[in-house]
Amino acid sequence: MNFLAIVGRVFLAFVLQVGRFAMFTGRAVSHIVRPPFYPRLIARQMVEIGYYSLPVVGLTTLFSGMVLALQSHTGFARFSAEGAVATVVVISLTRELGPVLAGLMVAGRIGAAMAAEIGTMRVTEQIDALSTLSTNPFKYLVAPRLIAGITMLPLLVLVGDIIGVFGGYLIGTTKLDFNPATYIARTVEFLETIDVVSGLVKAAVFGFVIALMGCYHGYHSRGGAQGVGAATTNAVVSASILILILNYVITELFFAQ
Amino acid sequence: MTPNPAESVPKIRLRGVRKRFGSNVVLDGIDLDVATGESLVVIGGSGSGKSVLLKCILGLLRPDSGSIEIDGEETVGLSGRARDRVNAHIGMLFQGAALFDSLPVWENVAFGLIQGRRAGRAEARARALACLKQVGLRPSVAELYPAELSGGMQKRVGLARAIAAQPDIVFFDEPTTGLDPIMADVINDLIVATTRDLGATALSITHDMASATKIGDRIAMLYKGRLIWVGGAQEVFDSGNAHVDQFVRGRAEGPITDEADAG
Ligand SMILES: Nc1ncnc2c1ncn2[C@@H]1O[C@H](COP(=O)(O)OP(=O)(O)OP(=O)(O)O)[C@@H](O)[C@H]1O
Ligand SMILES: [Mg+2]
Repeated sequence: MNFLAIVGRVFLAFVLQVGRFAMFTGRAVSHIVRPPFYPRLIARQMVEIGYYSLPVVGLTTLFSGMVLALQSHTGFARFSAEGAVATVVVISLTRELGPVLAGLMVAGRIGAAMAAEIGTMRVTEQIDALSTLSTNPFKYLVAPRLIAGITMLPLLVLVGDIIGVFGGYLIGTTKLDFNPATYIARTVEFLETIDVVSGLVKAAVFGFVIALMGCYHGYHSRGGAQGVGAATTNAVVSASILILILNYVITELFFAQ
Repeated sequence: MTPNPAESVPKIRLRGVRKRFGSNVVLDGIDLDVATGESLVVIGGSGSGKSVLLKCILGLLRPDSGSIEIDGEETVGLSGRARDRVNAHIGMLFQGAALFDSLPVWENVAFGLIQGRRAGRAEARARALACLKQVGLRPSVAELYPAELSGGMQKRVGLARAIAAQPDIVFFDEPTTGLDPIMADVINDLIVATTRDLGATALSITHDMASATKIGDRIAMLYKGRLIWVGGAQEVFDSGNAHVDQFVRGRAEGPITDEADAG
């Protein structure tokens, strides 16, 4: 009896949490599409997410492209398929590594910052103050971040893809004795639009997830500095896990059969 | 509790307002009328639910039951535009000032004008500077960020923000807590002056008796989720109520015990 009560309570708490999250998401999305908009705030978030994440994402994808070239070269040599290096690099990057790595890096950078900022605003009653000044916190805080996340992540990933391919090219032409022209030809030869497009769709979804998690955990943080700290951790962890799960789901949707 | 006969519709009218968090009953049936232009002060111990009461009226918390009318309009359950329309008439000074730390002082003060009323930035800025002057701050403060201000200056900026949109109701949540006695008195004077200039109805919260008697026309005491006493500001020192007596004289012995205060 006691055991059942505990199970029931845990289950109810879980359902409550899921319901709260679903409502938050619904409200947030509805405010993305309805005016008024805050162009200044959207622009500020875009710079924060897009511009200031460039070094991190660029470095990550650069070295990933380099290591991909090196690994696939030594691995594929076992069955004399070294020629596929350029193709492997570009397809892995555009389909998988670009969006996932950029997503994870931005989750750490931006998701944490959003949760900390909004969480601090919550515990210092700044969010309450917004409401009393006839400003909807969803419109003012959440919507600009979501919009910036959805639009900037694909751009970041596009740039990251290019830098990553360049990394592969560097290794391919300097260490692996590829002819530069051949390497570039191989890179574009088997690349299809869907490789790039699926990666950009992933990026948009990840951008949404990162901003949503940052805002959600910040918005619902409780109890001072400790609560904000917990919100920050939760935002990064939940966004990272969701990115990996959704990555599989989207891949399945695009490429299964 | 004693509706002003001259005023048929009180500015703020609460009936049977209840609010609990889990098993913690914070408000247990609050009835309160505040007449237009009146200044009412709610006193009560720490954690007695004073801030929760204000947040219920502002719609930041939803009471479990009861009715809250502003200008005769029921506000419990309002949201979105309807709530914004009601809140546009209300200014609030938060307990911790709650200034937006990403914005300079003048944008804080002008926030309600720019966002709520869609005023132009230049016009809003001029109005913000006027409000800052009204609360005794130099124009150079306008460009600073809230983190660069002392606690007393933050309270002043919070006050300026509360009155910037010329509300007809102003809430003050512990305006003098954490200030030295002189600064506290300065803030009290500012509150009296600004609400008088606006002709606003004021609802303040404090546990500072000097502040309560200075800014209040009437005083109500919140204890264990109920308003146990309401009377004129001058009567508070001979209320004949043991709880009020203990509170206003700040004695440790009396009917209010530590445990009851926390609960
Ligand atoms: N969001 C909340 N969730 C849960 N409990 C809350 C919440 N807000 C307030 N409480 C509880 O309500 C009670 C009253 O809190 P409130 O902030 O109104 O006190 P107060 O009278 O303003 O005290 P103080 O003078 O110290 O500011 C406290 O016991 C507090 O724990
Ligand atoms: Mg309080």
